[in-house]
Amino acid sequence: MILPDTPKQETASQTAGPYVHIGLMPVMAGLSIYPQELGRALAGPDTQGERVEVQGFIFDGAGEAIKDAIIEVWQADAEGGLAGTDGFTGWGRVATDFDTGVFSFETIKPGCVPAQGGKVMAPHLTLWIFARGINIGLNTRMYFPQDSQAHDIDPVLSGYVPQDRRDTLIARREGDSYHFDIHLQGARETVFFDV
Amino acid sequence: MSKRALPPRNWQVHPPALAPAYKTSRLRAPAQPLIAMDPTISELSGPTFGPAQITVSDSDLLQNHKTTGLPIGERIIVHGRVLDEQARPVPHTLVEIWQANASGRYRHANDSYFAPLDPNFGGCGRALTDQDGAFRFHTIKPGAYPWPNGPNSWRPAHIHFSVFGTAFAQRLITQMYFEGDPLLKLCPIYQAVPDQRAKELLVAPLDMERSEPFDSIAYRFDIVLRGARSTPFENRPEGN
Repeated sequence: MILPDTPKQETASQTAGPYVHIGLMPVMAGLSIYPQELGRALAGPDTQGERVEVQGFIFDGAGEAIKDAIIEVWQADAEGGLAGTDGFTGWGRVATDFDTGVFSFETIKPGCVPAQGGKVMAPHLTLWIFARGINIGLNTRMYFPQDSQAHDIDPVLSGYVPQDRRDTLIARREGDSYHFDIHLQGARETVFFDV
Repeated sequence: MSKRALPPRNWQVHPPALAPAYKTSRLRAPAQPLIAMDPTISELSGPTFGPAQITVSDSDLLQNHKTTGLPIGERIIVHGRVLDEQARPVPHTLVEIWQANASGRYRHANDSYFAPLDPNFGGCGRALTDQDGAFRFHTIKPGAYPWPNGPNSWRPAHIHFSVFGTAFAQRLITQMYFEGDPLLKLCPIYQAVPDQRAKELLVAPLDMERSEPFDSIAYRFDIVLRGARSTPFENRPEGN
């Protein structure tokens, strides 16, 4: 039996504010309430795949690194599968440092993920950014610089992102780590998606 | 595992990125429009959490930071349901909250407001919704507090909420306010919500039915996440 629909209106977003760490990263706020804080480690010691370190800054429209933001990361495992195998949750939370603004996390490089129509997405991290002054969380992606051939056929990067803005979604290799800066506003503004 | 498609987000209910009266948004709002894309499996999937990580006591803010006794303040129960836009419950999803204490002070390294900390109040809680999408927290009603926006700006009493849902594209952070608060009409963060109905839905009504006599007053706050809207021509899979 099909019951009549009674649609609801989506709850409006509000900024996470400057004290977001109390709720989502309490240890950083100076609180030890939970035995286990969520999202600290993306990959455990047994997780298969190539280990990668990612770091960067989030800059505001004046070019200042912001120091009170949180980034959530969602990604596939090394085989391109999403959601939870061998200690790999695929999800993590990382804050920008209160003093320097730098963020960093360790994970494994995701595999290629299938997309609609038999296409394949290039390895990417899905990112959601929130902070004081951000009224609704910002969706973006980080791609890896060595996958340039896969980028050319990636349905998101080549399908939606204008050529002259694609670089904003591709990390830079620096020694053993990847550097990915996010620019909220201005000349080098990062591409954000309405997903 | 099949993933439901998501309809486009209803931007009419959300505050715009740039709300100039909320000063910090001026330099933190993208100037370029968002690029619309069809969500892929990367956005239609999302993390899950279970009782191994989230315990029942995590939802009791009267007890979870106890050092010498109970926290000072108005004892309240905050309860509600997490639903999608089709009014389907969202079961077993993570709800996280944080708030100031009764005097408007946050337990955070960066809060320097001179109202005192409460030694028995931390201000964070979390819960998994049950099979009906319901959650419940025990806490104290937070106080209003001043903030450096205008020369005399005060946030209304509020509790911050973070909710996951089943798709990363449903991720939502919002704030719950309290019925009858006269500061709501002055708050540029609350007033940035463009839609009158959406604003009203952020204000939790007093709920005497769920109050516990001689213990705690209840407020009800339902949260609606993005969710597939069925169309008359769509095949209805199980559970839709």
